[in-house]
Amino acid sequence: MTVVERREVALVDLLDRLLAGGVVITGDITLRIADVDLVRIDLNALISSVNAQVPAPWGEPT
Amino acid sequence: MTAQGGLRYVYAVCRPFAAALQAQLTGVAGAPPGLLRHRGLVAVVSTVPEGDFAAEPLRGHLEDLDWLAATARAHQGVIDALTTVTTPLPLRLATVFRDDSGVRTMMEAREADFLRALDRLDGRVEWGVKLYVDPPEQASAPAGRPASGRDYLRQRRMRTHAQEEQWRAAEEFARILHQRLSERAEDSRLHPPQNAMLSGVSGQNLLNAAYLVPRADSEEFVELVDRTKDEAPHMRVELTGPWAAYSFTEPAVEPMPAPATEPAQPAEAGEQR
Repeated sequence: MTVVERREVALVDLLDRLLAGGVVITGDITLRIADVDLVRIDLNALISSVNAQVPAPWGEPT
Repeated sequence: MTAQGGLRYVYAVCRPFAAALQAQLTGVAGAPPGLLRHRGLVAVVSTVPEGDFAAEPLRGHLEDLDWLAATARAHQGVIDALTTVTTPLPLRLATVFRDDSGVRTMMEAREADFLRALDRLDGRVEWGVKLYVDPPEQASAPAGRPASGRDYLRQRRMRTHAQEEQWRAAEEFARILHQRLSERAEDSRLHPPQNAMLSGVSGQNLLNAAYLVPRADSEEFVELVDRTKDEAPHMRVELTGPWAAYSFTEPAVEPMPAPATEPAQPAEAGEQR
């Protein structure tokens, strides 16, 4: 059995966790920039801007 | 630490720990992370420039993939260093406060949540498992040009059929794999499948899951993943981790109890009090 140890973490794997996971702090005490919505919206914008340039690699599964 | 024209970036909250962080560790924006203790908790923080991390500039930066990548990697670097000395409760990327007193106020307000989460995650790590399906091979398959329109349509139908079959088999394998791994994990989360353009990885990502596993059981879990790797043709299983428990900072949502309006089964005969 071999365990592949990957030291270089892929950015997408990181973003799955850092933008969708982790404790979300909200409230007046923050600058409101830790707010989940802001980050989500920005990631969505990022992904859709990438998607817009490239058609899906494979047709719809059904 | 005093705020000198800087904001406070918070990476994680931990229980106090004795070991020192690596001396040369740098965080987001290049500053070394420090510890801010408040009551029974420690926040891991560093100073970031207001010019980049105040709401407006941050909004712009987050759409810049290079900036986002550098920031995410720096954040992860600090979390990684923490996992070698404790079990951190990681915060979401770009959690920023005006000053230390803002961080303390937040810690006090969320103290009970944090302690509960830290207890739940203590000694656990997260493993990421992704399943990819290879792109269909027949793109290059038809050896010659179809002889007629009817041949063309027939070939196309066969291709479509083969694709559907392959897809169905892959979905079934994903379901079984997830079930099998969930049985060996304390908890699991499904992330949306990754976009091939962002990941730069070939094949279609069908399963993108995270599993919460006690450190002590990790070797066994990794072996289990490894054994599945050769089980299915045209599919690829990828393991990442161990991660800090990013995907498990919120407790699992309990399945809803039977709705009150429907007096379903009488509660099991002996629900004794």
